[in-house]
Amino acid sequence: MAKVGVYVCHCGSNIGGVVDVEDVCKHAETLSDVVVSRQNLFMCSDPGQEIIRQDINNGLVDKVVVAACTPRTHEPIFRKVLEGEGLNKYLFEMANIRDQDSWVHANDKAGATAKAKQIVASAVAKARNLQPLEDKYVDVTKAALVIGGGVAGIFAALDLANMGNKVYLVEKEPSIGGVMAQLDKTFPTNDCSACILTPVMVDAGTHPNIELLTYSEIDSVEGYIGNFDVKIRRKQAYVDWEKCTGCGACADACPAKTPDAFNAGLNNRGAAYIHFPQAVPKKAVIDMTHCINCGGRKIGSEPKISKKTGNPILAPCEKACPAGAINRSVAVDEGGRIMDVKVGAIVVATGYKVMEKENFKNLAPDSPNVLTALQLERLISATGPTGGQFLRPGDGKKPHTISFLSCVGSRDERHHTHCSRVCCMYMIKQAKLLKEKYPDLEIYMHFMDVRTPGKDFDEYYTGAIDMGINIIRGRVGGIDTLPEGNLRVMGYDSDLAANIEIDADLVVLATAIELQDDIKPFAQKLSLTLDGSGFFKELHPKLKPVDTPVEGIFLAGCCQGPKDIPDTVAQAKGAAASAAVPLSQGRVRINPTISEVNQEKCSGCGICEPLCPYAAISMIENVAGHPRARIEMTQCKGCGVCTTACPSTAIQLYGYTEDQIMAQICALTA
Amino acid sequence: MEFVPNIIGFACQWCTYAGADLAGNLRCKYPPTVKLIKVPCSGRVKPEYVMQALAQGADGVLVGGCHFGDCHYKDGNHKTKNRMDMLKSMLGDLGFDPRRFRREWISGAEGKKFAEVITDFTKELIELGPNPLKGGENNG
Ligand SMILES: Cc1cc2nc3c(=O)[nH]c(=O)nc-3n(C[C@H](O)[C@H](O)[C@H](O)COP(=O)(O)OP(=O)(O)OC[C@H]3O[C@@H](n4cnc5c(N)ncnc54)[C@H](O)[C@@H]3O)c2cc1C
Ligand code: SF4
Ligand code: SF4
Ligand code: FES
Repeated sequence: MAKVGVYVCHCGSNIGGVVDVEDVCKHAETLSDVVVSRQNLFMCSDPGQEIIRQDINNGLVDKVVVAACTPRTHEPIFRKVLEGEGLNKYLFEMANIRDQDSWVHANDKAGATAKAKQIVASAVAKARNLQPLEDKYVDVTKAALVIGGGVAGIFAALDLANMGNKVYLVEKEPSIGGVMAQLDKTFPTNDCSACILTPVMVDAGTHPNIELLTYSEIDSVEGYIGNFDVKIRRKQAYVDWEKCTGCGACADACPAKTPDAFNAGLNNRGAAYIHFPQAVPKKAVIDMTHCINCGGRKIGSEPKISKKTGNPILAPCEKACPAGAINRSVAVDEGGRIMDVKVGAIVVATGYKVMEKENFKNLAPDSPNVLTALQLERLISATGPTGGQFLRPGDGKKPHTISFLSCVGSRDERHHTHCSRVCCMYMIKQAKLLKEKYPDLEIYMHFMDVRTPGKDFDEYYTGAIDMGINIIRGRVGGIDTLPEGNLRVMGYDSDLAANIEIDADLVVLATAIELQDDIKPFAQKLSLTLDGSGFFKELHPKLKPVDTPVEGIFLAGCCQGPKDIPDTVAQAKGAAASAAVPLSQGRVRINPTISEVNQEKCSGCGICEPLCPYAAISMIENVAGHPRARIEMTQCKGCGVCTTACPSTAIQLYGYTEDQIMAQICALTA
Repeated sequence: MEFVPNIIGFACQWCTYAGADLAGNLRCKYPPTVKLIKVPCSGRVKPEYVMQALAQGADGVLVGGCHFGDCHYKDGNHKTKNRMDMLKSMLGDLGFDPRRFRREWISGAEGKKFAEVITDFTKELIELGPNPLKGGENNG
């Protein structure tokens, strides 16, 4: 017979203020197999834990139920208590009487108390049927995969590599760098983005432990913490990177034109191009979707021979390349090539994108003189389309009046309800940089309110006011286009409590930060989930900020939520440290709450085999030559889909067995 | 005495169970009718469990899983949909009003939705009255 101890927590007044704890304890003692019930102000505190310890130590209880908050945060804490006293830690069950009871029924104390009794009864019923389980361990592959080569991915990769781990850094673009590489200067210190980023990019590119895999994407991820099997698709560059020296001759020769994403579409690039001047690695690619096949040379076809000269007629890119890195006669696979790697941990650092101005029909998106803030970064950057000259795209004239609009698509029910967090600061940065360089420039900044919470941030903002930049509080309703490419900004000034109109020759929109359009299928490959704002969801917003529901996969940077570079780097270093834990432990625990087939009961029907999402089930022959199902321990993730389907109840999902669930149903209908 | 329906909820630990926790974090209010049995995935829930709960007198049963595409185990919830939709179509013949059973997709971010679903379900069950096996009318 089990000896169940029930420990009811007051959680300060969180539970005790609503639920009659005394009454719950008394009721618990009437339940079968319950030998003792006790209460404490904070069960998870040291004195609280001590109560449980003593009861175990004195041989009073051999199964523990704690009625408190949620097992999602506190189960591990109490399991440790059992473990510490030499009791199998799986002989523990939690009754959630806070998050799912006192917090939601504060207006119905009697109802909350009655419900708490039932929840405790259900937990006790399960506890009576718990069996000790054994942790198993498997060896870890001492290598990590970092997906995304922005500032987050670069720092995560460097830290992991410096700890002695092999790192595969996968970036979908031809170069690492991400958005930071597109920025001109960076708040709050206004240092030049390229000057501080380029050396770090080079470090990552030359680190002996880092294998840089740019122009590559994740094809599939299988396996589990410690041993992930990853297929990486190295996209077809149509340029032999072994030979390419990054001189850019092909890019100059290519007559095709397509908007240059690195310059936020402000100018065009060829189909053959180099990502940007400081690219790492500095290699050319030919973007075949925009190649116009000007030389009449389809990939994999022999060149025509010139009647005049007798020489082969090459495409301009081939002809231009002094290194002979482009050869269109070779029939290469347009899908690229798949590379298989095995890693023990994964850091996802896929960053973000900004909303395009086309989403805001009321803000004159068709005017070339309405820019997104990212476009302005490129316009004022020395490596941008104008070589850093501040000339408006519409007519190349120097602007005299410029308006900045905050929260475009952020904090707006029609688009995103979240705050994009960095826009206030980067707008102030852009305004300050422009005002410093062109003191005559009239600058108007329309803010819903100015958010500058960060070290030295508010000083940065007040500095802008001192420079004579006009700060207006209130939203902008629309922009009208005027003759000669000028714009009329129509908004509200809440300090004047009046509508205002300002004519500007350039308008900058701080558009919202969001994840890429194709993020869902990518998330599914990794079994990651998105939060309400559409960013990757961390395991716990406070206590597990870089963990994900998938053990061994961690998050870094803006893919987890909008943040600036200092926060991105801090989080990247945090993710690297967390990812390094399994790698340095050398082995990982296999969760024992997985399924097993009872060979005696299995009829060999085979129903379960195709159901397993991880192909963990195979049909084997038993000694008598009959087919029997078998589950591979390292592949099973414990979903229980097979357990549910087996007509012979031959499959047991430990921790969620038939007896346990049935006992809970009985307790809840008693 | 006022009739307080007894609802048993089978909740996937990754979504609906987390959503119920979030409802608590947000201090949403809903009637104290539902008690959750945590399962790793809605795919662990046998239709028999729902039947068992009703047969033993539960007034309502909820199975909560992740939205399509969000199942932590790829597609366990597709299996849940097939199994539970089939069950629902049979409940009438088994003597229970099919409205006593709900299958809902509630994510970990949908605390408010969890509270709304329970509030609505409770209201409907009050209209239906107690489980016929516990003296309620057989309106199946
Ligand atoms: C206009 C503007 C100005 C800013 N100014 C400042 C500033 O002055 N100071 C400051 O601190 N912050 C500033 N920021 C914020 C800054 O851009 C971010 O903090 C930073 O870029 C976040 O880095 P990240 O690595 O998380 O993401 P990103 O920079 O977006 O990098 C992500 C990388 O992952 C790659 N990737 C994406 N998906 C995949 C995939 N599926 N597979 C492989 N690779 C993938 C991308 O190509 C990219 O290289 C500004 C932002 C904007 C929009
Ligand atoms: S519980 Fe069954 S179906 Fe689920 S992962 Fe394990 S073996 Fe596969
Ligand atoms: S479903 Fe059950 S009986 Fe059929 S093969 Fe699988 S374990 Fe054996
Ligand atoms: S994990 Fe939630 S339904 Fe499968």
